[in-house]
Amino acid sequence: MGRQLLLEHIDKPGIRGLEAYRANGGYRSVEKALRTMSPEAVLEEVKKSGLRGRGGAGFPAGMKWSFLAKPEGVPRYLVVNADESEPGTFKDRYLMERIPHLLIEGIIPSCFAMGANTSYIYIRGEYFHIARILEQAIAEAYAAGWLGKNILGSGFDLDVFVHMGAGAYICGEETALLESLEGKRGNPRIKPPFPAVKGLWQRPTVVNNVETICAVVPIVNEGGEEYAKIGVGRSTGTKLISAGGHVNRPGVYEIELGIPVEEFLMSDEYCGGVSGGRPLKACIPGGSSVPILPAELLFRTAKFETRLMTYESLSDGGFQTGSMLGSGGFYVFNDTACIVRSTWNHSRFYHHESCGQCSPCREGTGWMEKILYRFEHGLARTDDIDLLWDVQRRIEGNTICPFGDAAAWPVAASIRHFRHEFEYHATHPTKVKDPKHCEKEPIPVPERSYAG
Amino acid sequence: MEHATKPHTTTDGIAPFAFSEDALSECRTILGRYPAEFSKSALIPILHIAQAENDGWLSVHAMNAVADLLKIQYIEVYEVATFYSMFNLHPVGKHVLEVCRTVPCMLRGSDDIIAHIGSRLGIEPGGTTPDGMFTLKAVECLGSCGTAPMLQCGAKYHEHLTIEKVDSLIEKLRGEPKRNNYTDR
Repeated sequence: MGRQLLLEHIDKPGIRGLEAYRANGGYRSVEKALRTMSPEAVLEEVKKSGLRGRGGAGFPAGMKWSFLAKPEGVPRYLVVNADESEPGTFKDRYLMERIPHLLIEGIIPSCFAMGANTSYIYIRGEYFHIARILEQAIAEAYAAGWLGKNILGSGFDLDVFVHMGAGAYICGEETALLESLEGKRGNPRIKPPFPAVKGLWQRPTVVNNVETICAVVPIVNEGGEEYAKIGVGRSTGTKLISAGGHVNRPGVYEIELGIPVEEFLMSDEYCGGVSGGRPLKACIPGGSSVPILPAELLFRTAKFETRLMTYESLSDGGFQTGSMLGSGGFYVFNDTACIVRSTWNHSRFYHHESCGQCSPCREGTGWMEKILYRFEHGLARTDDIDLLWDVQRRIEGNTICPFGDAAAWPVAASIRHFRHEFEYHATHPTKVKDPKHCEKEPIPVPERSYAG
Repeated sequence: MEHATKPHTTTDGIAPFAFSEDALSECRTILGRYPAEFSKSALIPILHIAQAENDGWLSVHAMNAVADLLKIQYIEVYEVATFYSMFNLHPVGKHVLEVCRTVPCMLRGSDDIIAHIGSRLGIEPGGTTPDGMFTLKAVECLGSCGTAPMLQCGAKYHEHLTIEKVDSLIEKLRGEPKRNNYTDR
């Protein structure tokens, strides 16, 4: 097991409470930042760490913070994105549920660096039970003087509030989240202006994922350079991976970025191999929005290099033969899974969750769902594959926010790598009417090569 | 959006709505979290409270009361209530069983769970039993993929589901007089 910067204490008894959290070294980063550092010095450490946004986009956190506008007399905000709803991802929930003070601790030096005196944790409505845990932890932190006025006598004031969403995947997109936090529908905004200039209530705002803010704690404690020593290239530090689907040991694992994908899937320290003793068919390594990788491309790239758990290695080969690290929602398909059924399921999700603002996405997600429904239920023809390809290609890049891309990519990748399963569905209409047809008789895989 | 169904717009025979004292005090706490000029930000959290106070769904009366409380137009509440999937715009059963159906749960057997609950209760997803006890919903990813399959009932997640677990949960809930709300502590 590699270094555990976030999960080291997660199994300690009582760690949900302030007393045990503090006894295990909690809130040291607040003492260090507020007593010995300037806001600029905290920002400098985050920049040096190379920390990239852990929500999915992977944008460097220090750079995002440095864009924050600082007009005189206008409040600034840190909004923590706890709207975790990317299918396959459940790591933020794990942190907030088990060790809520880590998030609250991370918020304090982050707000100090930004000069923000108010922070909102926007949490998805379905996580009501976790919001209660956070609220209790926040109350403990206020009572102990970690939040409120003049923290540690530094003159720095900070209020933290939990804000409930109400069930909308799109609110994980930062500008939709801000609209929702203003009490509106979650329709993403046109950028620019970016939230760093005009965010919550048109005031300068940074929106960061829960895991990103938690990672600020070890960065302040150990220093940005120490953090950056972990990892490979521009993928520094540790990352939480949510492992699910057909694996023997589903759960949240903290990995040092750079371990081989094969080790992560096959080692008993992590996923413990593919479940059911069945052959591996495919894997979605970064949440439902990233391209699916067939078994042949998961452990090695098309160049026959070892595929690593890093932003760069997982995207090696572009969309032709690569994927993305995304949010770290890693889910696995063995040969009993039907790729057509999964793709239909994903497209139903995106149709359901489209905010409806841009026509290509609002209409296109519905068309994709309908075509895929026909494939899954034995009603499609082989040339419908081209129709489906045509619809997805007209969504990508033609919408206000990346949701349209996220809806199109999984469909494109499924056709690219599993065209034979679509053909099978078109030519075996009776067989595929049984949703469990792959469990009874796996679909034959054609000879193919990704070399070069 | 598929779930942006038309709200129940009639008021005939629908009970009037008024916040209880406890609920109003919770609303005031929530309002204190936002600058006074941006009190509309409290809309979604307060809609959750209104829904819990109104037997688990938002009638026109309930939505109008929220608008009056926040001093905003009724339409500003309707457009939000119709956008978010956790707001029920029609009456629901006492216990709403929301089973995740997205791929990570599907890979671990959620289709069978949904079919089993449906046949046991004699309803399709979206339906409510004639005695008003249960509503079954198939919902999208609830962030519980590592503990799949799962369902949510009120604030509680029921994870690692099996057919046997679902059966005993249904029996247990049948004997519970109180509604399960998202806002339960």
